[in-house]
Parts: sequence; C-alpha cells; structure tokens
Amino acid sequence: MAATTMAKALNAALADALASDDRVLVFGEDVGKLGGVFRITDGLQARFGDKRCFDTPLAEAGIVGFAVGLAMSGMRPVVEMQFDAFAYPAFEQIASHVAKLRNRTRGALSVPMVIRVPYAGGIGGVEHHCDSSEAYYAHTPGLKVVTPATVDDAYSLLREAIADPDPVVFMEPKKLYFSSAEAELPTRTEPFGRAVVRRPGRDATLVAYGPAVPVALEAAEAAREEGWDLEVVDVRTIVPLDDATITASVRRTGRCVVIQEAQGFAGVGAEIAARVQERCFHALHAPVLRVSGLDIPYPAPMLEHTHLPGVDRVLDTVARLQWDDQPDPRWLAQGSAA
Amino acid sequence: MTTTPQAVRRASPRTRPPAKKKPTKAPAGEQATTDPAAALLPQPEPVRLLDPDGTPLPARADYPEPPVEALRELYRRMVVGRRFDTQATALTKQGRLAVYPSARGQEACQVGAVLAVRDTDWVFPTYRESMALVSRGIDPVEVLTLLRGDWHCGYDPAQRHTAPQCTPLATQCVHAAGLAYGEAHQGRDTVALAFVGDGATSEGDFHEGVNFAAVFKAPVVFFVQNNKYAISVPLSRQTAAPSLAYKGVGYGVPSEQVDGNDPVAVLAVLTRAVEHARSGQGPFLVEAHTYRMEPHTNADDATRYRDAAEVDTWRDRDPVARLEAYLRTRGALDDAAVAAIADEAEAYAADLRARMNAQPAVDPLSLFDHVYAEPTPQLVEQRELVRTELAAAAEPEDGR
Repeated sequence: MAATTMAKALNAALADALASDDRVLVFGEDVGKLGGVFRITDGLQARFGDKRCFDTPLAEAGIVGFAVGLAMSGMRPVVEMQFDAFAYPAFEQIASHVAKLRNRTRGALSVPMVIRVPYAGGIGGVEHHCDSSEAYYAHTPGLKVVTPATVDDAYSLLREAIADPDPVVFMEPKKLYFSSAEAELPTRTEPFGRAVVRRPGRDATLVAYGPAVPVALEAAEAAREEGWDLEVVDVRTIVPLDDATITASVRRTGRCVVIQEAQGFAGVGAEIAARVQERCFHALHAPVLRVSGLDIPYPAPMLEHTHLPGVDRVLDTVARLQWDDQPDPRWLAQGSAA
Repeated sequence: MTTTPQAVRRASPRTRPPAKKKPTKAPAGEQATTDPAAALLPQPEPVRLLDPDGTPLPARADYPEPPVEALRELYRRMVVGRRFDTQATALTKQGRLAVYPSARGQEACQVGAVLAVRDTDWVFPTYRESMALVSRGIDPVEVLTLLRGDWHCGYDPAQRHTAPQCTPLATQCVHAAGLAYGEAHQGRDTVALAFVGDGATSEGDFHEGVNFAAVFKAPVVFFVQNNKYAISVPLSRQTAAPSLAYKGVGYGVPSEQVDGNDPVAVLAVLTRAVEHARSGQGPFLVEAHTYRMEPHTNADDATRYRDAAEVDTWRDRDPVARLEAYLRTRGALDDAAVAAIADEAEAYAADLRARMNAQPAVDPLSLFDHVYAEPTPQLVEQRELVRTELAAAAEPEDGR
C-alpha cells in the first residue's frame, strides 16, 4: 500500500481504461500536453498518443456534442469540463441529447460517455470556478451522477463510469483532489447505486456526498465530545440513489441530517431529506434537517468559509435533533411571525 | 435573391489557377500576395445548371451534370416526396398528426442531398427533413411517428444510419462532426451529411460543429437549406454576411452556394461536396437558396409576415416542374412516364393514409423501458405505481 492522492487515482483510472479498451478516448481543453489544469490527464497523451487523448477547440457544447457523435459511432468518450461553471454552455447538449438519446430511440442508440466535472469550492477559487452544479444533472432523467469522496472510490467509480452503458456525469470535488490515502490500485469498491456507511454510529445519521463527506466525518469525530455517536453515510452515486442503505441507517438511529456543500434550495439534500421523511416517518425522533451552503451565488474567496458548511454548522444542526423533545426555537420564531 | 456586394465579387476560385498552399517566403514586413481564403470562398453567384424553366445552361467543368438515370430517379423521388408532404399536411387536418412542418418547394434539396450519399453514410436531419427521410427509403409511418406522437423517433437510427430528427436547432452539427471523426478513427470511409436551416446558422452549435469538423478534418457535409424564413424571421435578421455560404471561410472550410430549386445543380454540388469529404479533405459547406412555400408548420400563419406576391415569384421557380421540363427535353421523360410516377406517388400516399388511420398502440409501462439501460430502483417503484393506477382504472365501477 502506498499513499495516493485522488488526482493520481483518477489519472490511473483513465490510464487503465485507455489501456484496456481501444474505444476509450479522452479529450477536452488542455488535457493533452498540459495534462489538464488539475493534472488529472497527466502523461496520458505521451503514453497513448494524440489520437487517444487530445485537446479540442475551446467550446464546451462542441466537446459534449462531439462526444455524442463519437459514442454513436461506437467509441467511449471521456470528456473533461475544465470547471463546473464552464460546463454550462454544454447544458443543452447534455439535457437534450446525452440524457435522452436512448429514450428517444427506444434503445436503438445509446451514448455511453463520461463527462468529468471538477466541482464545488473550498480552494480559494475566483468566481465561476467553484459552483456546485450536481443538482442540475441529477434533475435530468437519463443521466447518472456520481461523486467520489475517497481515493479508492475515485478510481473505482471512474472505471465503472467509463464501462457503464449510460452517460455518467462524474463530479470530482476539487478540494479533495490532493487529499491522500493509502490505496492499492487498481481497486474495485461497491458498485453504482450503493451508498456506504463510512462510520458506524447509534445516535443519528449524517448523509453526505462528495466534498461534504470529510466534513461529516470530522463532525462525527468532534461530536463524540458532546456525547453523540454519529453514523456517516456516503451517498457516492446521486443517481442512482441508494434509498435502501440511507433509510436502513436512519431506521437504526432515528435521526438524520443531510449535508451538502451546494446551496440548499431545491438541492440534492432536499430530495434525500424528503425521501427519508417519506420512508422513515415512524422511526424518526426528529424532523430530518439539512446543512448546506447558503442560497447565494458562490462567494468571493475571502468569504467562502462563511458559505461552506463546516463542522460547527453540522454540530449546531445535530444539537437541534429533538434530544429533549422540545419545539425547535428556530421554527417557533418563524411560526409566531406568520 | 442573393445579395453579393461588389466587394466580394471575384473571378470564380474554381476557374482560376489553384491558390498556392504556402506563399513563397516574403521578406519580413512584406505582405504575402496569396490569399489563403480564396480557395475556400463560394462562387459569388449560386451554382445553377438549369434555368427556372428547365432550359439547360452551358455545361461547366467544375460541376459536371449527373447522369440522366440519376436525374430521372431524382425526379421520381421528388414527385413521391412532394405527394408525401401534401399527405402529411392533410393528416394534420384529420387530427392524425400533432403538427407537420412542410418542406414543399424544397424538394430539390431534400431529395438531391440524400441521393448524393450512400446508405452507409450518416444523415443528421432536422424536423423539416421528413421528405428527405422518406426519400432515403425510410418507412413514412416510421418517419411520422414523432409527429403522430406515439413515440419520439420511429425508425431505427443505427440501422438506417440516420440520426433522429433534431428539434434543438443546430445541435446535430456537432454530432455529425463527432460521428464522422469516430468513423474515420475506426478506418471507415463514412460521410456525415448534416442538414441545417438558415435560422439555425445563428446558433452556437452550428459554428462549433463546423469548427470541430474543420479542426479534426472530419468528413462532414454541412448542408444549409436557406428557405428565407426562421418561422417568421427573415434572413436579414440572421446574418449580415453576403450569403450563408460565406460562413465556412472563417473556419477554413471550403464552401459553395447553389440554386436550391435547381435539382440538377443541387445533386451536382452535393455529389462533389460528398466526394471532397470522403477523400479525406475535411468538411464542406453548401448553402442552397430555396424557399419554404408553406407556413412554418400547419399551426403557423405565414400571411402575417410575408406577401402572397413573394410566394408567387417562387411558384415560378418550382423545382419539380423545372426538372420535369428538362428531362422531357432530354427525352428521358414522356407523358406515360410522368403519369406512371404520379400513379406511384398516389399509391404511396394512399398506403400512408391507410396506415396512419390505424390507431397506434401505446403502452404506458414502456415509458420506463429506455431511460437507462437498466431501470433505477426509483423507476422500478414508479413503474409499479403506474401499473397499479392502470389496473385500478381498468376495473369496472362496483355498481355505484
């Protein structure tokens, strides 16, 4: 076992996919000689040649649309959107074609491809470089939406994404790129559609994905001092979502906080909270609460730490899980004002 | 109809000696004399091989006339295609189609373009290409599935090498570039033919598609049918370019403009464009000047934005009559042949009518079949919910 970063694990996954399947092509902006602005494609062009890993014109709709045509011809494109917010020009291609071609043609055409999106903040990036855009994709039927939080998952989920018969939006948490862990690659972790309990606990369940998973784990560790034993579930694949693992955990603990880095309104966390509440009503000792970023455009770097949900926000929320069965003062104030 | 400012009028690049690939090294600061754009520019006037009345124009070396058998086949498919188009509009009035965008008046483009490609080539049509698709031999009922509304794409795109009819404007241009590049990458000599309208050339994906095809030397023919209107908006609101064929030069793509109501010229120009792409020289852009004789769709009212007089001037340039007149002069068509083709078109329409009058079977549970290769657990749950709803709705009321 050796210490490996998430960036290196992703790079290894791309290299192994290129080596094992001639149909795999890796392309996008600066992915060739440079190896990508985050070096995720480092060395691939040198090793596999510029027919397998290549730079394209600087046009995201073009990149994704080109991938649609390549997939129609039988190739397996893996494209990089340089940053979350730079993927928006490609949204029409993604929503109208990538997501729908299988359905529109009753399965006669499929466009297996991976759209890699470095996403979310916490890296001191200036505007348009830190968006959490996962909900846009998760709201689009026909796409799978995957986001790793560990080094092993980064490798395994990306390999699975490239082999998947459906298009996958692969959301890479930028702030975890250079997180490091002992890993033996290649590795195979749980498949798509499985959430994983990262830390067992008895008192409440923290559900998190991507960049929020380390926050949840840190909060669970800190909560021991408060006397709470918290379980942490890593969602891993937003689509398909593993309702079973999440609800099994909440039925055991009776309490649930959903944590996401993204702005909260109409987000993935809202969907998970609603599903838990629908499915676990009789097991719940408290309403399902959410912790998220603020409902604001992603802030300037010097203010981002106010926006990002941290351990304190998580613990403050856990404290409101009806431990002494009293009305939550936060909602009482709102009720009397109405 | 074309507006070609004097400034861009020049001797035809095809009749001049070919431009040198690389200008001889000029001393620093001195202007090179060869214009690398010259070879890419379209001719200043649309290529035309027949006068509007069908009289042949002098033969030209750059666009030789296609063989007469090909022209006769072109005529036959144009007649059948027009009859199909009329029938489809009629089906909207009978409530059998939700909507139909007619291509009447554009028969030379619709049929000429698909005749220029092979069955193994890929066609990327828009919603107005129904006539092109039936001319490609696709079952008209399958073509009209989209507009009848029992599913989206009724034919098998993989089997027919024909993408689903594309409604989001110009998005198919990039697909064509990717597919053509992928085919070449795998050692196949497939050409992609991307249809696009005049309005859609304003969309970003048109430009990205042409640019990607050029940069990757993908064998794509971009075929712009300039029918003068994007629903109600005239060409002057889409572009200030001398003509849409001038959009190629900025991407390094050779381009041509053609009289889109001259079937012989359309087939000649498209044939050459397809050869160019297939020979590994990269993409080619063709603009055909034509006219949409009908409203945008049956739901549109064209009298709100154009004069009857304007439509009448285009009636005189009818592509079907034009080709018929020419083939008669050539002795390739007589009254009996014309009547036989008309009968064939009638029979085609009658068969279509009969089959479209049958109510198509739809299965609500099939909604879940092709969202993913395997349904997600959430879709399995929803499918069960719908199944229960359907079962409840099918049960007789219990006596009350």
